[in-house]
Amino acid sequence: MDNATTVGAAAHGHAAEHSHEELPFWRKYIVSFDHKVIGIQYAITGLLFLLFGFTLMMLMRFQLAYPGHPIPLIGNWFGPDKAPGGIMLPEFYNQLGAMHGTIMVFMGVVPLAVGGFGNFVVPLQIGAPDMAFPKLNMMSYWVYVLGGVTMVASFFVPNGAAQSGWTSYPPLSVIAQGGGQTMWLIGMVFLITSSLLGSVNFIVTIVQLRAKGLSFMRMPFFVWAQLVTAFLLLLAFPPLEAAGVLQLMDRLAGTSFFMPSGLVVSGKALTAAGGGNPILWQHLFWFLAHPEVYVLILPGMGIVSEIIANNTRKPLWGYRALVYSIVFLGFMSFIVWAHHMFMTGMGTTMSAFFQTTTMIISIPSVVVLTALLLSLWGASIRFTTPMLFALAFLPMFGIGGLTGLPLGLAPSDIHLHDTYYVIGHFHYVVAPGTIFALFAGVYYWFPKATGRKMNDLLGKIHFWGSFVCINFVFMPMFIQGLGGMNRRMYDGGTLYLHNAGLLKWNLVIGFAVWGLGLFQIPFIINFFSSMRWGALVDRNPWEATTLEWSAPSPPGHGNFLTEPVVYRGPYEYSVPGAARDFTPQFEPERA
Amino acid sequence: MMKKLEGSLVSLLFAGLGIGGVVYGARTWMPELASRHGAGIDAMLHYLLVTVGGLFCTGYLVLGYLIWRGSRRTAIGPRFASRKTERFLSGALGLAMAAIAEGGVLAIGMPVWQEYFASAVPPDAVTIDITAQQFAWNVRYPGPDGRFGKTDPQLVDDTTNPLGLVRDDPAGKDDIVTLNDIAVPVNRPVRIQLRSKDVIHSFFLPNFRVKQDAVPGMTPEVVFVPTRTGEFELACAELCGLAHYRMRGFFHVLSAPQFDDWLRVQAAAASAK
Repeated sequence: MDNATTVGAAAHGHAAEHSHEELPFWRKYIVSFDHKVIGIQYAITGLLFLLFGFTLMMLMRFQLAYPGHPIPLIGNWFGPDKAPGGIMLPEFYNQLGAMHGTIMVFMGVVPLAVGGFGNFVVPLQIGAPDMAFPKLNMMSYWVYVLGGVTMVASFFVPNGAAQSGWTSYPPLSVIAQGGGQTMWLIGMVFLITSSLLGSVNFIVTIVQLRAKGLSFMRMPFFVWAQLVTAFLLLLAFPPLEAAGVLQLMDRLAGTSFFMPSGLVVSGKALTAAGGGNPILWQHLFWFLAHPEVYVLILPGMGIVSEIIANNTRKPLWGYRALVYSIVFLGFMSFIVWAHHMFMTGMGTTMSAFFQTTTMIISIPSVVVLTALLLSLWGASIRFTTPMLFALAFLPMFGIGGLTGLPLGLAPSDIHLHDTYYVIGHFHYVVAPGTIFALFAGVYYWFPKATGRKMNDLLGKIHFWGSFVCINFVFMPMFIQGLGGMNRRMYDGGTLYLHNAGLLKWNLVIGFAVWGLGLFQIPFIINFFSSMRWGALVDRNPWEATTLEWSAPSPPGHGNFLTEPVVYRGPYEYSVPGAARDFTPQFEPERA
Repeated sequence: MMKKLEGSLVSLLFAGLGIGGVVYGARTWMPELASRHGAGIDAMLHYLLVTVGGLFCTGYLVLGYLIWRGSRRTAIGPRFASRKTERFLSGALGLAMAAIAEGGVLAIGMPVWQEYFASAVPPDAVTIDITAQQFAWNVRYPGPDGRFGKTDPQLVDDTTNPLGLVRDDPAGKDDIVTLNDIAVPVNRPVRIQLRSKDVIHSFFLPNFRVKQDAVPGMTPEVVFVPTRTGEFELACAELCGLAHYRMRGFFHVLSAPQFDDWLRVQAAAASAK
């Protein structure tokens, strides 16, 4: 490993100061200020949380496939207050449901996409020696860990973890017994704080630390995606932080921000002062959680764009259209949130406005998707593992996006709201959409981070297995939802006659989920074994054009050996007359 | 060789997935329709299936073709699309999707919107007051006087007075109260006033394409016209606690004389207590 990289230019005095001293282990890998180490910390923590959140779902899917049967093999691990005799209780099911959502979104995908890829790749792609505020960066990671630990620990307090859904709608969440919901709120405050610290850092870094010659319109699309994402994190997350504190007060201090007057729970009138409004929480929650959807998807789009340009050996189709589209998406994402609330009775004025904005926001998404699709036009495709995942992103995100249309219109939402249709819709966006993009990113930048390539055969087994299984998981949910099967049912809806013909899909989904679990094993093996035994690579194994490939693999502290200068746009592939089919941004013009 | 094989495999799978999904989705999965406005909702969903399904199929065939072609090229051609073509095509496809799929579905959806959300309550509507609680539906009919009696949360007792009825209110004397059991006459508008005692529930009648959250502190209403007689299910669609999954009710649609009989029987049962 080439850690003692020397940094030549005086402009990198900061980096040069640090590059020669040998840091102790804990400073180098635990509380490091280096964006690459922090990025890798984020990525590995995020991947572990994704695995953990997925495991919770594998458990829930057993209960749905075989309601009331003891969980085989590991059923006895959960104790009598969660699964007596191995049979899952409704309490435990609801905990798993709430925590699956929270963990996947706030502790898995966002930290991996923004904290992991953003931290590792952005400074390298813009030619910066590090993030603008390295200490803030480190703090952001450790606050995230604190939030994560709080969330996981909540499983072990009396009455277990939060069980009012990942949306935590009051009054249910406020009257929930035990410490789980309180810890959920505290954990959320930590997680949001971490995102805020990160977002400020990204904005300043991208605006201030770009290499010479790297104008905004020469930035790789991934950097644009991260810039828009950072603005969403900065502006959309604080309302839920405030709301989280208010709900905490409702639970602990007897206030009634979200509690209306006259509540009677289990035959007893509540002593809460009243006068609050449960809908207020929903507005504050979705004001965060809709932009959150774009926080989840934009980095994914960024990763896929890099990989498609690289593996088609062509410039991206419509780079400018892509950039304008995501800026517009980012802006619009702030004014669509109440389409999650059509059924609350908030009135026709609000519904009319929000269904109009929702129809409008779908247009830039389609522009992005078509631009990526048309990028394949006339291409010579390299079917590398990252490219397979990136290609799969297109149809999967397409399904996820277009199935959202009937949900965005209040009349058709009536039937589909809160059914499995909704679950199928947003999982297509986030799971085979974003998470596939994130896998693509792991395979793509792994050589830069470690200096070694991941195994291609294992990668392809991982891809094909996951691709087939994941469609068997989410496709049947559309059918179940259209049939009227509700989400968040402990027994999978066996009690209802209208579900009778839909229950068989729970078995199909169950086996597909467990199959999906098995197909992650090649990835885990590949990830760790390639760190040690993967094929060694040089700086630019993919023959790519962006700046990160001019740094050594792995880059040392300070990143670049000489100060990078940018001479051209990000995707100059197959330039007519050029000697090779790629002309990197950092290659000087020939006289 | 490997590249060609992989390319064909990927393109076949992607194209097949789209078309297979749409064909499979074209089957009717929805519960039997039993309300007037529901026909409009079903029409919206069918329209979207055809247009968006068409987009899926076209898009996937294009994707499959591009991948298949891309796997057979060893180098890319010297000609790229111009900036203008790029702008035009990416923009045009987005707008076309919006115009065809969204424009059409809005046109179908507006009358449904008008009927379900925005119309005044018809004078001949049967009014029913439904108060949700963990984990049951308290159903109340106003009786012959057409007025509901007062309630007070302080009077609630889960066994004797789940609604907290004020017993000496004259308007409440003839109210008819049932649990998890709703009956309505066919082909007459039904107006449901929803309340909740504790947490948010959601009143969901799958066959009628009716759903409305019961948010404590609010009294939202839904108005719809049942068009088929029979016994249907009422489900809670919003997570409301441990027994959410069995918060089930029954919704009977009766002929007009049967409905009057039903009301009489319920009233007699109430006064016998």
